[in-house]
Amino acid sequence: MDGWSQFVQLLFSGLTVGSIYALVALGFVITYSVTGILNLAQGDFAMLGALLCITFVNSGIPFVIAILLSVVAVMAVGGLFERLAIHPARNSSIATLIIITIGAAFVFRGIAIFIWGTQPYALRPFTGNHSLNVVGAVIQTQNLWAIALSLVSFIALYIFFNKTYIGKAVTACVVNPFAARLMGIEPRKMSLGAVAVSAGLGALAGIVIAPVSGASYDMGVMIGLKAFIAAVIGGLTNAPAAIAGAFIIGILEAFTEGYLSSGYKDAISFGLLLLVLFFMPNGIFAKMSGKRV
Amino acid sequence: MKLDVKRIHTGNAKWSLLFTVLLLGLPLIFSTNNYLLSTLIMVGFYTIVSTGLTLLMGYAGQISLGQAAFYGIGAYTSAYLTAHAGVSSWLAMAAGAAIAAMVALIVGIPAFRLREHYLALATLGFGIIVFTFFKEWKGITGGLNGFFGIPPIQLFGFPLQTDFQFYYLVWIFALIGVLFARNIVRSRVGRALLSIHGSEIAANSLGVNITKYKLQIFMISAVYASVAGSLYAHYVTFINPDLFGIVPSIYFLIMVVIGGTGNVWGGLIGAAVYVCLGELLKEMVPMFIPNAGGEFEIVFFGLLLVIILIYMPNGLSHSLSKVLKRVSSTSRHRKEPILVAENENAGSVGGEH
Repeated sequence: MDGWSQFVQLLFSGLTVGSIYALVALGFVITYSVTGILNLAQGDFAMLGALLCITFVNSGIPFVIAILLSVVAVMAVGGLFERLAIHPARNSSIATLIIITIGAAFVFRGIAIFIWGTQPYALRPFTGNHSLNVVGAVIQTQNLWAIALSLVSFIALYIFFNKTYIGKAVTACVVNPFAARLMGIEPRKMSLGAVAVSAGLGALAGIVIAPVSGASYDMGVMIGLKAFIAAVIGGLTNAPAAIAGAFIIGILEAFTEGYLSSGYKDAISFGLLLLVLFFMPNGIFAKMSGKRV
Repeated sequence: MKLDVKRIHTGNAKWSLLFTVLLLGLPLIFSTNNYLLSTLIMVGFYTIVSTGLTLLMGYAGQISLGQAAFYGIGAYTSAYLTAHAGVSSWLAMAAGAAIAAMVALIVGIPAFRLREHYLALATLGFGIIVFTFFKEWKGITGGLNGFFGIPPIQLFGFPLQTDFQFYYLVWIFALIGVLFARNIVRSRVGRALLSIHGSEIAANSLGVNITKYKLQIFMISAVYASVAGSLYAHYVTFINPDLFGIVPSIYFLIMVVIGGTGNVWGGLIGAAVYVCLGELLKEMVPMFIPNAGGEFEIVFFGLLLVIILIYMPNGLSHSLSKVLKRVSSTSRHRKEPILVAENENAGSVGGEH
């Protein structure tokens, strides 16, 4: 493999991972924008989605229905989580809420251990085991699926937030909760919807990545944390910037892994996080782009 | 973590003394029960770490999701210096503490300009970066294979190797740690910290140097964790990076939350409940769910964390101190609540042997 094809190969794997991070990061942004909570259990929705989908597929349910079922199921889990853990503590301090979401992440992970054990599972690729050859690099079709599906989700979300009534109501709560209340929108009701939608996005991300890297009870930890970095790089309330941040992280990781060492890739991603936090706490796109969702 | 700390609780001196005597007398009765001793030794390590973290979270109102990094810095410094460089274990422990304090200072200066979400994230990122170095810096840490053959700690030329000896070593450190925390809380620094907790702006306008005090307490909490890590390394003689990753950091957080951040004994109570509950779950759960494997106990700790934060945000130490106060005022009854904790421990011992 020559230099150029290795570059393309790494770029594609970076884009694939980046699109997964982007889906989860969008969940962060939506939850944070609406509820003001940084949900550290976000990555575990990806884990639940992937493992549920694998279970459904293995029990003979058609692939597409299995995907839909697992996304809906995880949305229900997300809604339940919002009602049982977030809602009762909504007046607590931010630190308390962060720790609550960590607790919830532990619960999800523990439940996954009880149901699926600690061994990794595999999901078959969406459309067979084909691969494309691009200038000497071998690109699995699943990678294209990941990128395409996340793009579709971004467009769907854009339409949702800008063209539908509910979406506009959510946006209103984000931009100015007080004014939204005056207009008859109840920001707290939006909290449930926001967490559920974020959970669904997470589940989709998990399902898409499962054929590439497998699924296990602890897969959510790193996906969640990396998506987190992406969201922070994007400034936490800016969806397009979070997506850009996710692709930056994904590509940075792929190239670190390919050209330097795989061991240090986490250190580099989190080093970037610290740099952004310390020097540009509003995100690296703060000056370039407008405000929020 | 912002909780309703209206007044500084340092515990009643009488109860504290009684508890200390009980704690130090316990091994004389159970000197042959190694399971009990080793469990209590683990409680001791965690008490040291979580007392430091309680100071940070309860009195300075700051959150740290990377405390295990300091625990690891202590453990690896002690391990490397005693096993490979032939340095005395006490000197190595001091070196570990100094490095931990230094790292806390370097990380703390930029990190404590951040708040809430961002501070939590920064400490989390810091924890993961340090963990990556433990994994990858194979020449010093042995990488994922771990670090073997850490020599025992020496006291006046005698190696401390039995659980009985180590119990006293750890608990003397732990009790000194609690005592020290108590003195900090009652000092000018403690009052300054509490004012930060109450309102940073008010504290600042009254001339409290917020950043200085936050940094100091962060460094102190790092030293606590590092000393505990050094002791731990000498006790188990084998360490690997997984002991110092994010999950252990979160366990320390859980201990602090269980114990409550409004009392210097909170760290000890949280550590005791964490270890005892962990042991109990390891005994009980496989009886009901035979194929439970891995760290399934996280589901219970996760639930406990959520429930305590929602329904008992001041932690167990708060409830316990209320009970104790009632006991002292009504009758000369024995110190039951803490004995309950000890009994729970004894119960899991019964299950083991």
